Amino acid sequence: MDSVLQNTLNTVVSNATPLVIAALGETITERAGVINLSLDGSLALSAMVGFVAAYAAQRSGVSAPVALALGVTSAALIGALMALIIAWGGITLRRDQVAVGFILTLLAADLAQFLGQDYTRIPGPTFPTVPVPFLVDLPVVGPILFRHSLFVYFSYVLLIVCWWWLFRTQGGLAHRAIGERPASAYARGVDVNGLRYLYTILGGALVGVAGAAFSLNLKPGWANPPSMRGDGWIALAIVIFGGWHPFRVLLGAYLFAALRAFASAAQRSGDVGIPLVLLNAIPWLAMILTLVFVSSGVLERLLRVLPRAVQNRARALLRSDPPAALGTRFEP
Amino acid sequence: MEIVLKNISKRFGAVRANQDISVAFYSGRIVGVLGENGAGKSTLMKILSGFQAADSGEIWLDGQRVRYRGAQEAVRAGLGMLQQDPLDVPAFTVLENFVFGNPNLANPRQKLAELAARFGFHLDADALCGQLSIAQRQQLEIVRLLALGVRALILDEPTTGISAEQKELLFSTLRRLAREEGMTVLLVSHKLEDVIALCDEVIVLRGGRLVGRTSMPTTPQALVAMMFEELSPIDARPSLPLGQTALRVESLHLHVDRLHLHNLNFSLRGGETVGLAGLDGSGQEAFLRVCAGLLRPQRGRVCVGEQDFTHRSYRDFRRAGVYFTAAGRLEEGLIAGLTLTEHVALTDEGDDGAAWINWIDAEKRAAARIARYQVRGQPYSPIETLSGGNQQRVLISLLPEHPRALLLEQPTRGLDVDSTRWIWQQLEARRQQGAGIVFSSAELDELVTYSDRILVFYEGRCVEVADVRQTSADALGHLIGGNF
Repeated sequence: MDSVLQNTLNTVVSNATPLVIAALGETITERAGVINLSLDGSLALSAMVGFVAAYAAQRSGVSAPVALALGVTSAALIGALMALIIAWGGITLRRDQVAVGFILTLLAADLAQFLGQDYTRIPGPTFPTVPVPFLVDLPVVGPILFRHSLFVYFSYVLLIVCWWWLFRTQGGLAHRAIGERPASAYARGVDVNGLRYLYTILGGALVGVAGAAFSLNLKPGWANPPSMRGDGWIALAIVIFGGWHPFRVLLGAYLFAALRAFASAAQRSGDVGIPLVLLNAIPWLAMILTLVFVSSGVLERLLRVLPRAVQNRARALLRSDPPAALGTRFEP
Repeated sequence: MEIVLKNISKRFGAVRANQDISVAFYSGRIVGVLGENGAGKSTLMKILSGFQAADSGEIWLDGQRVRYRGAQEAVRAGLGMLQQDPLDVPAFTVLENFVFGNPNLANPRQKLAELAARFGFHLDADALCGQLSIAQRQQLEIVRLLALGVRALILDEPTTGISAEQKELLFSTLRRLAREEGMTVLLVSHKLEDVIALCDEVIVLRGGRLVGRTSMPTTPQALVAMMFEELSPIDARPSLPLGQTALRVESLHLHVDRLHLHNLNFSLRGGETVGLAGLDGSGQEAFLRVCAGLLRPQRGRVCVGEQDFTHRSYRDFRRAGVYFTAAGRLEEGLIAGLTLTEHVALTDEGDDGAAWINWIDAEKRAAARIARYQVRGQPYSPIETLSGGNQQRVLISLLPEHPRALLLEQPTRGLDVDSTRWIWQQLEARRQQGAGIVFSSAELDELVTYSDRILVFYEGRCVEVADVRQTSADALGHLIGGNF
């Protein structure tokens, strides 16, 4: 395989990874019926805190691995804290989750810029690239998938765990049920609001980790305005694009990163004859077109050609309906 | 299982839903729980099955006092309730629904197949629950509760929205559960024919109190006498001289989803009532919506009076005096969150085209309608706080006094006998003023009682019963099943 192409695909995977982690976190939250709209602000704030914590730890003489672990942990805590505010406002105080999320995302983004202003453009600790022994030697896929930082490997594990949990366990049934029809879950003895708190906080913590994946690995350091600005909204869009299904969410994030890479490559070569604005819009246009395709009758007609046993599987994989109780309150 | 309730009381604000109810139910018996809307039967059953807590009173199961918090604990104690809208998860497969809440079940796929086969249910384990019919979802709930080991089953209005054959299957299942397993079965219903067909005995609630208990068989008249203090008599239904054609449909072709209406001709004259019969989804709902301009036919013409109204909007139909009300009261007919006054303002002023609302006047008009239509509610009451019967009264009160044609989808769905009669008095009054009425209903008696003609729909085909007086509910039942 062409090594240029391999390198490009390798970059696509690493560029997509923070999006994958954040979008999987949001998937966990939304599957439980809570919408955490604070992603864009949470990413920025946790990226900043993660970087500053790792930087300060390193300056005080701690070894690099410990400093990095501290950075990731504090970023996760910030993400969890933001999610806790969403859960508290939406569940306990019975406020509109969308409204709370919107306010929070604006607040957190500004807070990140304000608190992080003394830490801009300074070098700090970063996660090194760690090839996975043996796997990296696999033909074709090895160099693409297994020559990365720990964040990328974490996203692989997260994907599998997420899918397995949602679709292969009793706990996953309860998880999905509280997002679909909480009254049914409650009648089966599930603590609906307790679990909603749990999954909101867990999803938020993953958003925090995604923030750290930006500032400690992908775009090391901190800048004003932060380089990941807007990516929180993209992650939210990817969850919708991914139909709340972990594998499709991953695919969506990779696709988005690939289109972005294509757009910037085209810009650099400069002679494609397509206006710059249009190039930048390509990832968005592609997403809208796919959503239209998924929700149009064409897909359903294609599905009917398949044998019955496969049909339901395919439908579950391709479904684009949000969890039925998303953003609603449940009072037993 | 022997169930004993002692002195159960429950209040909702000022309403005493249950007052000091003491009653016992025995193993192997099927007991009907009768009462009009708001008599407290649902509340009592929800208390028994753990969905609500009683303010006071005791529940004893097989000689032991139980206290449970939540439905899950009631199921563990052996009591399962099948809600009117089955409490499943539409996005789950049948198998996932079956397993959810029952983690210790070994080999669930086989268990589901066994239970389904035993009662003759057709349940595809991999189908999505949301794509099942109400009857199948009920069947799924029943086998799910059985797999959890319940020994008493409570069913809340289980025959609403299911076909006659599905009802027969449900009833034979319940009989077998009672006879073969000694299960206690409680059937909450306001349909006398269901109770008479199935139950061994009946208890009757009225105004939150237990007012009667009787063994079956007994006559419907005796049950009605226990349910209602006094009944408004059914007025003799006069045949009226028919007026001009109010609505005409010519060679209509319509495709919606899997439904095909083919070359349908129909005309409605002032002063007549046409009933639409058929199982849910046989075409009668689509037909009503075509007549109201809410669905566009692929071919054919819809005329109001002598004018061609094909492809015109519902707004135009309304202006021409053709009004539609949907079966889903809170989904399509009324707007949850708006008060009675706001509904009145929306309907009246919207038709006048005035931009400003005179709230004082609107509230007066709302109060006048509340008085005239005997609605239990206030002008400032949000509509969703009213009971189903009162919501239906509001819906009827919003119809104009002198319409050209009324198109009513299941106008009395879920209402008790008394409210049903009252609604029909109002509709009859409008018919006598010259309005034509088209209505759909799942109740054969209602169709036979109030129609001049009946159209029976079956899978999009349609046959007319011209002389209703010569038709019995039984004969109509045959037609509905497709035996044209």
